[in-house]
Amino acid sequence: MKKDVKTYWTLFISTFYLSAFTFGGGYVIVPLMKKKFVDDLKWIEDKEMLDLIAISQSSPGAIAVNASILIGYRVAGYLGSLVSLIGTVMPPLIILSIISSFYTRLKENAVFNALLKGMQAGIVAVIADAVIKLGSSIIKEKKPSQFLLWQALLLQPTFSRLMFFILS
Amino acid sequence: MIYLKLFLSFFQIGLFSIGGGYAALPLIQNQVVEKNTWLSMTEFLDLITIAEMTPGPIAINSATFVGIRIAGTMGAVISTFGYILPCFIIVLTLAFFYYKYNKLTLVQGVLAGLRPAVVSLIASAGLSIAILALLNDSSAKFNLSAINPIATGLFIIGFIIMRKLKPNPLFIIISSGILGLLFYL
Repeated sequence: MKKDVKTYWTLFISTFYLSAFTFGGGYVIVPLMKKKFVDDLKWIEDKEMLDLIAISQSSPGAIAVNASILIGYRVAGYLGSLVSLIGTVMPPLIILSIISSFYTRLKENAVFNALLKGMQAGIVAVIADAVIKLGSSIIKEKKPSQFLLWQALLLQPTFSRLMFFILS
Repeated sequence: MIYLKLFLSFFQIGLFSIGGGYAALPLIQNQVVEKNTWLSMTEFLDLITIAEMTPGPIAINSATFVGIRIAGTMGAVISTFGYILPCFIIVLTLAFFYYKYNKLTLVQGVLAGLRPAVVSLIASAGLSIAILALLNDSSAKFNLSAINPIATGLFIIGFIIMRKLKPNPLFIIISSGILGLLFYL
């Protein structure tokens, strides 16, 4: 475990940079983290990194945030985990703060609304794709989890409402 | 005590969003739209759109957006902190056990059991987003005339491209935004 100012600084800059310029969620940023910390910096072994990713997927919360906490901890202990956590959280915090302060004014703009309305249809496509991807990985598994999936789906109020609409 | 309310809401979101980014969606909807009415469903949809367009996890983006609108910069910091705290504690606890006993199987077993429920929750949140985005009047009874043809067309094309070509999601969102500009203006 290295614990000098340079290590903390590299940790902060790397996580900040990855978080600020990676679009497309956890599954995009994790391979980039692996590239940075395993291939480029050689701070973590390949196999250990895979385990750390598995832990970050098993824990609650965003995978990118969890992975950065684990990487920080592995490289420089508790302080390291704090440093890389702050590095990961700061970019979205800053960017969204700026956007939210403009949101109310932008909401009155016709161009912004048309853009947003178009994007929302795209978002629905992206979420539908994610649900199918996740769902099909469960259906490929053994029987009990399939059963659980259907049971859980049928218990959802939104679904039962839709079914009711279609049937009535 | 609005700071405490924000903190507790996002603490719960952080604690229970197991299974990656989209798993937080139904929880955020529940806390922010239904329980506390900090955002309307339309604002929530805007938030998801903005969150998908910007870097960073949806939950952090939501915490910042909601926090700043309800209680300023301090609200944003407190909501984000509330979301991170349970993740921070749990992930480090798991790391501790991993380095001590080098075993992940128990944790992964629990996760596998939770996954079907997580997927159905995401599907449910996705469906309420779809109803809002693809129908003209989401409160109306479900009938064919309520369907917005432009939005539905964009959705179908986007969905097919997503399934067949597997591009970066951002590509789908940006191009449907540009098409939206052409059709809606």
